[in-house]
Amino acid sequence: MLTNEIIQQKLTEKFGDALTDWHAPYDMLTFTAPKDLNLKIMQFLYDDETLKFRFLTDLQAVHFPDNKGAELAVVYHLHNWVDNVRIRFKVFTDIQQPDVFSATALYQSANFMERETYDFYGVNFVGHPNLIRILNVDEMDYFPMRKEFPLEDQTRIDKDDEMFGRGKY
Amino acid sequence: MSDHILLPEGSIEKQTTTLNLGPTHPATHGVFQNILELDGERIMKATSTVGYIHRAFEKIAERRPLYQITPLTDRLNYCSSPINNMGWHLTCEKLLGVTTPKRVDYLRVIIMELARISDHLICNSIVGVDSGAYSGFLYVMQFRELIYEIYEEVCGSRLTTNIGRIGGFERNFTNTAFEKLEKFLDEKSGYPAQLKEFENLFNRNRIFMERTIGCGPITAERAMNYGFTGPNLRAAGVDYDVRIHSPYSSYQDFNFTIPVGTTGDCYDRFLVRNQEMWQSLSIINQAYKKVQEFKGTDADIYHADVPAYYLPEKKDVYTKMEALIYHFKIVMGETEMPVGEVYNSVEGANGELGYYLISDGGRTPYRLHFRRPCFIYYQAYPELVKDGMLSDAVITMSSLNLIAGELDA
Repeated sequence: MLTNEIIQQKLTEKFGDALTDWHAPYDMLTFTAPKDLNLKIMQFLYDDETLKFRFLTDLQAVHFPDNKGAELAVVYHLHNWVDNVRIRFKVFTDIQQPDVFSATALYQSANFMERETYDFYGVNFVGHPNLIRILNVDEMDYFPMRKEFPLEDQTRIDKDDEMFGRGKY
Repeated sequence: MSDHILLPEGSIEKQTTTLNLGPTHPATHGVFQNILELDGERIMKATSTVGYIHRAFEKIAERRPLYQITPLTDRLNYCSSPINNMGWHLTCEKLLGVTTPKRVDYLRVIIMELARISDHLICNSIVGVDSGAYSGFLYVMQFRELIYEIYEEVCGSRLTTNIGRIGGFERNFTNTAFEKLEKFLDEKSGYPAQLKEFENLFNRNRIFMERTIGCGPITAERAMNYGFTGPNLRAAGVDYDVRIHSPYSSYQDFNFTIPVGTTGDCYDRFLVRNQEMWQSLSIINQAYKKVQEFKGTDADIYHADVPAYYLPEKKDVYTKMEALIYHFKIVMGETEMPVGEVYNSVEGANGELGYYLISDGGRTPYRLHFRRPCFIYYQAYPELVKDGMLSDAVITMSSLNLIAGELDA
């Protein structure tokens, strides 16, 4: 039975104090890693005979504008299908130079997911074979999911919305 | 394929043909493009382009209270919207710590399995259409209509259902809904008989087998590496199913098996989906029996008792003070949301449909990410069709069940 404690112990043995912020929200073990270790951690989790995290469930980014120097977080969800355990880990990166190593060499599935993350957050995945926009138009010159692009205030009144069923009738 | 015939050197400038399959080609069944590099009819290279119907759901969701996000999830895999809706409600319930009564779970299972059937029957009959057998499609279509009528009885709409709420359903199932369900489940005149006929038409049909066996195959290892989940992965021989691995909505109370294939080709995907429909029928039967066991006041339970999160019925809003207050608070997004991050997944018709929700305690999610199975396994498409024939590429695409709404979010 693979428990969160065993995973944490194994990872701490291997990587020491580099991994921080251990917690388990809703029973999913979560930790933060330095960004240059992300591939090493994934490889270790993949190769280790007890851990066997061999499926990349999900990969996406989150933007924390107030977290100066580490504004962007790339979040990995990994799944061990044998023991049916999931873990999540995050790497934080500076928004000025958002370089994170690409996981495409280990997981083919990371290809589109990293392209999507690049498309919306501008995370530059170093080593990605084809890091271009995927869902947005190629000409777009900003990263729309970042928090500096807030959605329109739903109560604004300076706009004529008559054609859209709002405003004066 | 090393033995394919190339045009003689220098006969024309370019030895291959570039063909745009999509974005609005009938064979793509949705809006996405494949740029194929063809040598005669053989595909040398395929390049996929997606994003034609990208609607920025993740961004929009950052501005909406939880219950307003449900209609966005409808539009992911629109062939089985109820599964998306339920997946979203289950995610919210996990975040908010709401537990649902058993009857609600069973009703949800009925709806979700109906949705799975309606998705698989479309996919499989479209594989038939693309391989030249149109009649199967027409046979099963009337039962999708019946499924949609059941949705309509429960939630009032058919395709983009917005079914259910956080904590349960918007109303109890009516007798008409159960009558329609019985009609659907009837062994003689209902869907089982139709599915049997559909299988008779295809499963051992020599033409169909020749067309699909060995077409677009993938090994289990490659499929896992490409992030396949759902029927496409199971056709490759891996028995991963979220319903078994992390049961939600009381799936642990049901007996069912996970059909698996071996080769991961179109034929195996077709058979796996057919088998899954049989399993779904069995689950619905079991769930319906369990629902019937609730008598008296228990039979009136259709939502959890969580007034702070469950959007009250409209007639209560007009007549009861409490309901009015909660209605107002929920609609205005004034309900308390705990700070936290939660990943929850359900077995969608195409695979593991995941929701990753980060809440900072505000009115709306801080970040919401949809793990769309389609989007992830679509990247294997160029590899699947490489060195195959053009007509095989069309069947491979339909048997992967690519839904443009799910690709683009």
